[in-house]
Amino acid sequence: MLIKPSPGEKAFDIVNVVFMIVVSLVTLYPLLYVLISSVSDPQYVVQNRGITLYPHGFNLDAYAMVFRNPNILTSFGNTLFYVGAGTLLNIIMTSLGAYALSRKHLMLKNAVMFMIVFTMFFEGGLIPLYLLMQNLHLLDNRLAVIIPSAVSAFNLIIMRTAFQAVPESLEESARIDGAGDWTILFRVVLPLSMPVVAVMILFYGVSHWNSWFYASIFLQTREYFPLQIILREILISNDTSSMSVGVGTSDQMAIGETIKYATIIIATVPILLLYPFLQKYFVKGVMVGAIKE
Amino acid sequence: MSSYFTRLCRDLVRNRAVYFMLLPVVAYYVIFHYGPMYGLQIAFKDFSPAKGIGGSPWVGWKHFESFFGSVYFGRILGNTLLLSLYSLIFFFPTGIIFALLLNELRSGKLRKAVQTISYMPHFISLVVIVGMLFDFLARDGLINQVLGYLGIEAIPFMRSPGWFRTIYISSEIWQSIGWSSIVYLAAISTVNPTLYEAARMDGAGRFKQMWHVTLPGIIPTITIMLILFIGKFMTVSFEKIILMYNPVIYETADVIQTYVYRKGILEADFSYSAAVGLFNAVISFALLITANAVAKKLGETKLW
Repeated sequence: MLIKPSPGEKAFDIVNVVFMIVVSLVTLYPLLYVLISSVSDPQYVVQNRGITLYPHGFNLDAYAMVFRNPNILTSFGNTLFYVGAGTLLNIIMTSLGAYALSRKHLMLKNAVMFMIVFTMFFEGGLIPLYLLMQNLHLLDNRLAVIIPSAVSAFNLIIMRTAFQAVPESLEESARIDGAGDWTILFRVVLPLSMPVVAVMILFYGVSHWNSWFYASIFLQTREYFPLQIILREILISNDTSSMSVGVGTSDQMAIGETIKYATIIIATVPILLLYPFLQKYFVKGVMVGAIKE
Repeated sequence: MSSYFTRLCRDLVRNRAVYFMLLPVVAYYVIFHYGPMYGLQIAFKDFSPAKGIGGSPWVGWKHFESFFGSVYFGRILGNTLLLSLYSLIFFFPTGIIFALLLNELRSGKLRKAVQTISYMPHFISLVVIVGMLFDFLARDGLINQVLGYLGIEAIPFMRSPGWFRTIYISSEIWQSIGWSSIVYLAAISTVNPTLYEAARMDGAGRFKQMWHVTLPGIIPTITIMLILFIGKFMTVSFEKIILMYNPVIYETADVIQTYVYRKGILEADFSYSAAVGLFNAVISFALLITANAVAKKLGETKLW
């Protein structure tokens, strides 16, 4: 650029960079604190809960205890099932719907679109949904945490927009070769839309991994509980007693603290490790959704 | 009319494969979204499980009247509106400002790093976020330790009604500042570069460019996001509040949706809580329509 930055602009640049670094630190530090505390010596953590920049001692007992805990293991397995089965159902339903609604000449397209978008702004609400689930005999059933969120209108719109962007000429040449709609969807449209499929897997997968509310109202049997419900007991209801059985009482209190940190790490790290790889896709995905909204 | 139906029949036959694909999605929406709307009639009935939704007797506005007359009405309506209003003032602009500032960063590397870091909390579950709040804000937690260094006495944050809104909104900003900026960054990237050139020709510095080119360029996006925000005005994030609150702070933390949850799910008072929920949904919808109409009046951008 030919124009030299004015002193005001230079100062602004510096302030801006400092601000961004502060935002990054404020974002990262709580997570770092949790990580550090989870591997520190439990007795030290209980007595010194202020700012810390590196682990004091190195102790993985909390992790060992978390991984030995049957509640955590069962719920971890359940969550994997809910994420896997739920996301699979989401992707199948959303791609079928998005493909149908991306066809130009479908007479009922606008009516169905309206029906779907309307639910984004007006809902029957919690109580009628609960009664519906009761009538369908889905209460206390594993399906109750998968089926009510089978399609997200927002994601459907994102996917439809991506499908609309597939060049028509490709579909036409497939049609000339005798391909029907199913072939076009699976052989032409989906293979060309893999970035958006990746975004959908991420969005739906994360929402299943993190969801707890439906599970908390629809499920009673402990064997069905997802990880988040057990986390809620540990982190918010403060119940770590079941996990630290067989440890002396003062140690028990101490390790209760580090167990909390270890469970946070175990519940969070899988997703945080995954997402930087998908970042460039989801930014595109959100953009597509936003621009066409 | 009959020609419409013959055309429709022909369309259904010709595109039967496509309609077949659409069937599961339509069935899902009819059952799980329109089913509950049908069930909303219990708001005007005395629902009893034995008689079912259709068979329970009509009671008119009884449940609405008892809600409007109850001591909780003013409190939870006020809490809902205040929490949303504070979110609108303090949370909503953060994504816009953050996007504008990110856009002004000269170093692409720093920008990428800040983006990656700031999107991260979006993927952390509410249970973990609230769990961390409880831990950091505990009497002997991190924040109170830091206040201790400064000679400030420990504050029981999570049990103080006066702190609830601040904690709720700050943690919202912490979790979503990066994520909510994506949409605005996308909008900024579509601003025509020749506009900046023209502005530079006219001698505009970077602030002037930001103010007169970038900001006007993303006004349509801001308007859309604002309309959507207002559509969600009454719903707040009640799942987060359920995780955060306790009876000690109900006076500021209890909102309409959490009240519905307690009355309906925990106390099984179905008809009454459905009425409260319906009241909330209708207000939300009215707000959305009003916001959209106002936007239409003021300019071009609108949701429909």
